[in-house]
Amino acid sequence: MAHGPATLADGWKAYISRWVFTTNHKDIGTLYLWFSFAMFILGGAFAMIIRAELFQPGMQLIKPEFFNQMTTMHGLVMVFGVIMPAFVGLANWMIPLMIGAPDMALPRMNNLSFWILPFAFAILTSTLFMEGGGPNFGWTFYAPLSTTYAPESVNFFIFAIHIMGASSIMGSINIIATVMNMRAPGMTYMKMPLFVWTWVITAFLLVAVMPVLAGAVTMMLMDINFGTSFFNAAGGGDPVLFQHVFWFFGHPEVYIIILPAFGVVSQIIPTFSRKPLFGYSSMVYATAAIAFLSFIVWAHHMFTVGMPIAGELYFMYATMLIAVPTGVKVFNWITTMYKGSLTFETPMLFSIAFVILFTFGGFTGLMLSIAAADMQYHDTYFVVAHFHYVMVAGAVFSGTAAIYYWLPKWCGKMYNETMGQVQFWVAFIGFNIAFMPQHFLGLAGMPRRYADYGLQFADWNMVSSVGAFIYGGAQIMLLFNVIMTIRKGKPVVEDKVWEGAEGLEWTVATPAPYHTFEKPPLYK
Amino acid sequence: MSLAVSNRKLLIKLLLGAVAMFAFAIFVLPPIYTLFCEITGLGGKTSSEYTAVDVRVDTSREVTVRFVASNNALMPWEFRPTMDKVVVHPGEPTEITYFARNTTSEDMVSQAIPSLVPNNVADYFHKTECFCFDNQPLAAGEQAELKLVFIVDPDLPASVNSMTLSYTLFDITDRTAFPVAQIK
Amino acid sequence: MLKRAKALFLSLLSLVVSLPALGSAVVETSTRQLNMPQGVTEVSQAAYDIHMIMVWVCTVIGVGVFGFMFYVMYAHRKSRGAVAENFHENLVVELLWTIVPAIILIIMAFPATTALLKVYDTDNPDIEIKITGYQWKWQYEYLGEGVKFMSELNTSLDEVYGRAPKGEHYLREVTEPLVLPVGKKIRFLVTGNDVIHSWWVPDFGVKRDAIPGLFTSGWAKTDEPGIYVGECTELCGLGHAFMPVVVEVKEEAEYNEWLAGKKAEAVEYASTIGKEWTAEELMTKGEGVYLQSCAGCHQADGGGIPGVFPAIKGSPIALGPQIGHIAVLIDGVPGSAMQSFADQLSEVNIAAVIHYQRNAWGNNVGDVTQPIDVLNYKQSK
Repeated sequence: MAHGPATLADGWKAYISRWVFTTNHKDIGTLYLWFSFAMFILGGAFAMIIRAELFQPGMQLIKPEFFNQMTTMHGLVMVFGVIMPAFVGLANWMIPLMIGAPDMALPRMNNLSFWILPFAFAILTSTLFMEGGGPNFGWTFYAPLSTTYAPESVNFFIFAIHIMGASSIMGSINIIATVMNMRAPGMTYMKMPLFVWTWVITAFLLVAVMPVLAGAVTMMLMDINFGTSFFNAAGGGDPVLFQHVFWFFGHPEVYIIILPAFGVVSQIIPTFSRKPLFGYSSMVYATAAIAFLSFIVWAHHMFTVGMPIAGELYFMYATMLIAVPTGVKVFNWITTMYKGSLTFETPMLFSIAFVILFTFGGFTGLMLSIAAADMQYHDTYFVVAHFHYVMVAGAVFSGTAAIYYWLPKWCGKMYNETMGQVQFWVAFIGFNIAFMPQHFLGLAGMPRRYADYGLQFADWNMVSSVGAFIYGGAQIMLLFNVIMTIRKGKPVVEDKVWEGAEGLEWTVATPAPYHTFEKPPLYK
Repeated sequence: MSLAVSNRKLLIKLLLGAVAMFAFAIFVLPPIYTLFCEITGLGGKTSSEYTAVDVRVDTSREVTVRFVASNNALMPWEFRPTMDKVVVHPGEPTEITYFARNTTSEDMVSQAIPSLVPNNVADYFHKTECFCFDNQPLAAGEQAELKLVFIVDPDLPASVNSMTLSYTLFDITDRTAFPVAQIK
Repeated sequence: MLKRAKALFLSLLSLVVSLPALGSAVVETSTRQLNMPQGVTEVSQAAYDIHMIMVWVCTVIGVGVFGFMFYVMYAHRKSRGAVAENFHENLVVELLWTIVPAIILIIMAFPATTALLKVYDTDNPDIEIKITGYQWKWQYEYLGEGVKFMSELNTSLDEVYGRAPKGEHYLREVTEPLVLPVGKKIRFLVTGNDVIHSWWVPDFGVKRDAIPGLFTSGWAKTDEPGIYVGECTELCGLGHAFMPVVVEVKEEAEYNEWLAGKKAEAVEYASTIGKEWTAEELMTKGEGVYLQSCAGCHQADGGGIPGVFPAIKGSPIALGPQIGHIAVLIDGVPGSAMQSFADQLSEVNIAAVIHYQRNAWGNNVGDVTQPIDVLNYKQSK
């Protein structure tokens, strides 16, 4: 590879085998990012089908059984196919650059952990065409709907989850090994950029809980095919056990999704405030605290299953506690901006929107933690609105911010600022039109995962659908912006693309060469 | 230690960690959960067979125990308590029966799963004898009186003066390897 | 950003303005409702109160935090000549914003705990009702009264699929509502028959999961007669959106009258079961029962859903001997989603639907299934 990576000029064969056999962290990062965008389009298409059906009461376009497959697949694809691979892609690209490493610690495993993903999602998506349809039991797949009453394709679903889990675990191990062993001289732990910190903590969470998910689906598999009774009351099992196991995975999973987003925003806000991140060490401790708390609050997803009151109280108090470290983060971001010298380029706009919308989602999260009120909120559109505020405004907004922020470094071209800002406003307005009314729908009594609804919910559903279409359109604009930047963007020559940017990634040439830091830099 | 070696060592450690978590999910979580349920009465699960040690009967108190029967989906048997409710003194052993009839033309095996409301007092409801401890086979058309002997704990919180015991009957014929005659 | 602030303000304003009307005889949720209903029980009131406390606490914090942020965004922008300072930590401030929120949370934990204790206060009820979730309907059993019935959606598939105009109570009407008296403490014992459902009546503040093999409990006591509509809130398969809960709260005298009527009905029904029905009567009744109880899976045209739910049209069971067809409905089909309807449908309804299935969509078997045949089958075993 003395002459660098194969390009199209070297012929199709060489070009394809470059991507298939690559062990280069930048190539793999790129693959992850494009894969997650492709899945974003797929998961988004599912969402559009859902919102089109819910545009007005009555079943117009699809049947309820297909609707259930759509809600399930939308959740699975967005969580496992979009948000997680997108952040793994960012980690692949940026962590070696940020800590001054030449590559990831385990490059061949890196290749493997990416290339099994497309197979997992091909299997998952193919279930939609099988007899009996794809998974229709919600992304939380509660037993016995997902065991005794599942469609035939459930075994393929389980297989796909196993592959995704293996991919995530390998990816996480790689990140941990890279950060622990490959830091440049002088790059001590407490000097690492916050994105690296949040990702290391996330990676530990993943190694701890992805196997639990694998365990849950394995138990399902045995219940379905081998007559065990983990989740079957008839044989001495308990369907509620499934929910405990699932949420023991599921709650940390929520933070797995949001922690790297915290990291991204903690890189971008200081850059455009031209001021160092406020409270770096408290940010690190807050992240660790959130990660720890995520293991002891899982049953707040289950306030209505009839837990003993002592259990409800414990999970309520523990959940309320999460507001403290989360609050610390928000205050730190805002104080970073305080007395800075602010400019509002597209990445900054997305980051500020992240802070506002995520905090809003945090408020509704705090409301949801109150068990007595949760009896009313639980499994309604209020919850749907809440987790879209934290997940979409959290993960997707920060992911978009990251793309605009690092794209010039990746490809040596500057995106069109006007187009970027237009895309931001369309996304921001569309998002709020789509999800703000869902709070009202939920409070007024509309349960989630409903294929059809009473006439009193008609107005807000229509508004929400319109917003969803606008938000969907904004993602097409994002794709357009990225492609236009790569093809026709204004070339950037400065190593330090942004005036206020700090960190090793801005010391390498622009665009980032195929191999960087082959000689470790000295970090002061 | 070279970088490659230390990377590989870390890889192995973390993989072992992941395997341990997988084993934890399958082999540790379910038993812990069951244990937890029995201790706290989670989900109204009454505990398994009880040997009476406390013979003190509190005649000053009366507790109403109501009996309910449910059939799980696909369970066609006739299944009901022979009495709607009894009034008992805490500490006093009481015997009641459920009636079950296999209405089908096949031999079947059932399992009854108990649940007590209010869930948090499941701990104070002791069964010395119960048809729910074992599976219940019935030949085609056969019927049976199923026996339950229970004691309400004298330490039952004073605020509780009624409880409802429910059995849900599940069809476990497919899960049982032996023909009905052999089980009997 | 100004737009955002305006939108936030408007939505908050509308939250405050839209407090639901109370005390009307029929509590109908308005189309413009934005907030949680206050409801008609202690529990729903407690949930509403703690909800409003949280809304206001969050609003005050939000206005403070975002207000400061907008000020910073305005005042410290580069275009206004702001020069960045270089501070990046301040122990006092950082401790303060860790401790103050913690204290606020501790204070909020008190009302939150009180409210939860109310939810769990299910002891010593006057009336106990067992609620069983089925795919996709509810069964209500008045314990100790011998009254038990199914309550299912009463909206026609034509309305759902747009072949008929939607009625005012679209998806909020059932064949038979749960009837309760005012002023009595009612304990609901909630369980599931097949998969997990969840029984929710917002105006009661009761939402309990219906889990097969487990019983969870909730309670309600209200002084407000009226009709209260709720929903199933746990995904339970394709009919999840089509199994509403309707509760009618009556004055005690009316309730007693209703209960007596239900008991008499059961007795009367037992005596008329021997009546001979004509093929036309059965066909008409059977179609209604079919659309109500079977079409959800087997579809209105009897075609089923390939690979999921078998077709009845042309099926060997529907075209085979009558006794086999009865057996399927009474006993269910083990290992499949086809459950026993012995408890769910009356003998008359089973007879009618079997007759319909055997004689509709070109299944021209031509025989007549009488309720007595069904009863005989039940008793023969």
